[in-house]
Amino acid sequence: MRCASKQDFDAPDKMKCKIPVILLACGSFNPITNMHLRLFEVARDHLHQTGKYQVIEGIISPVNDSYGKKNLAAAKHRVAMVQLALETSSWIRVDQWESEQKEWIETVKVLRHHYSELLRSLPRRKEAPSSRAGSEIPTEDIATPENTAAPELKLLCGADFLKTFQTPNLWKDEHIKEIVEKFGLVCVSRAGHDPKQYIYESAILTHYQHNIHLVKNVVQSDLSATHIRQALYQGKSVKCLLPEKVISYIKEHNLYQEESKST
Amino acid sequence: MENLEHRTEVVLLACGSFNPITYMHLRLFELAKDYMNATGEYNVIKGIISPVGDAYKKKGLISAHHRVVMAELAIQTSKWLEVDTWESLHKDWVETAKVLSYHQQRLAAKSSDYSPQASPSPVLPGGKRKRNGDGQDLSEKKPSAPQKKRPPQLKLLCGADFLESFGVPNLWKLEDITTIVENYGLVCITRTGNNAEKFIYESDILWKHRNNIHLVNEWITNDISSTKIRRALRRGQSIRYLVPEPVQQYIEKHSLYSSESEDRNAGCIIAPLLKARQ
Repeated sequence: MRCASKQDFDAPDKMKCKIPVILLACGSFNPITNMHLRLFEVARDHLHQTGKYQVIEGIISPVNDSYGKKNLAAAKHRVAMVQLALETSSWIRVDQWESEQKEWIETVKVLRHHYSELLRSLPRRKEAPSSRAGSEIPTEDIATPENTAAPELKLLCGADFLKTFQTPNLWKDEHIKEIVEKFGLVCVSRAGHDPKQYIYESAILTHYQHNIHLVKNVVQSDLSATHIRQALYQGKSVKCLLPEKVISYIKEHNLYQEESKST
Repeated sequence: MENLEHRTEVVLLACGSFNPITYMHLRLFELAKDYMNATGEYNVIKGIISPVGDAYKKKGLISAHHRVVMAELAIQTSKWLEVDTWESLHKDWVETAKVLSYHQQRLAAKSSDYSPQASPSPVLPGGKRKRNGDGQDLSEKKPSAPQKKRPPQLKLLCGADFLESFGVPNLWKLEDITTIVENYGLVCITRTGNNAEKFIYESDILWKHRNNIHLVNEWITNDISSTKIRRALRRGQSIRYLVPEPVQQYIEKHSLYSSESEDRNAGCIIAPLLKARQ
């Protein structure tokens, strides 16, 4: 979807080109819930209502199995469940690249991968003179119709994700910087977390706060995959918290039957 | 497989605007069923959604026809929930106690159909049955005739705000509150059990029948109110994943909620308050 039409040359300001945005969500999705799906809807509405952006795609990238989180169901299941959840979505898709790698990949690398995929998919004006096959394509070489802004890839996350930047040794400073400088965050706040606070507590985040979009999720929900797993371990109903087809899949494959005692 | 025969069968009835129905409404049923079944005393066999009639005159209430259709769309894939239109088809507003009475009679009539000699059972008082199944009327059992089935207990399913509405002046007749908690019982889903408990403690009538008021704690806050749904729609925001997809599609197809629809009944007094004045 291109954001501008040919007649925009003399278009008044309000017809000015909108920046195409792709939202990327990384995480366990163990399992995917209606809350995860809501993040996309809420983020898209927010960006559209600024008048500056056109969200053209959403990508869900389930984490690799070797992330080693407790009770993590196999990637093939987690991917399949996301696929089922997104069957009726017109703009969000699942991506298996991250989960198919041999080992866990840092978030910044997942962003870089998807960004280069994004650039690769745009039409080229000319071939790049020097052979840079396989490596990142510089933005300047990418053909964009004159009045289409360069697309942006943003990391979609909850406020609790923002908080993890504070955890010692969890993130490399240069990665945090690259994420907020080069890509940007769309951070949807959940009950009990104040994202502004996390920004002010970090020099890097404060510096790039213009590239961190804070979205208030009016429909507050504590719903998390952890809660879902708890309910399933206890034999309780999870109807209405996840898509029906995901619930059926969980039953068919006997997932989340027992809490794993080992780490 | 546990033998459920000795348990008291329960039917949950939810009254309300359902304007529109949301995942939160549907969750109330799931939470209530899990809770009641887990006590070991009850077997929840059915859930009934009874949308209020247009004569209720609440602000923003769209036509019962649409609200009923949306409720039906929402429960398409459910094996135990159903929508009932009796209440909504009345020209005048029907008190909740009357809706309960109607459904209890229906359930009683149905279960008496099992046995030719049975007469409709009286409305059963609330309270727990002994686990060793004294509920079966063995004396009436004939070898060749099907066993008479005790009608299920009908209980009103609600949120804490409903319980606390008992405190709103003139909204409820004391005799109706009494009927509801004495003859039927409440299954009340609360976010923080404490407010509801306090409210029950502070009310003589609720306290008296506290054994018939089951408080179910909803640990996962799931704040999907119909009001927020309508507001989101007016603002062009997505309601996907807050309501079942067929409901969202129906709302979109018929452009159901707008500033105009929100102004319906503006300035009207809701039916129960109007009735109290007469």
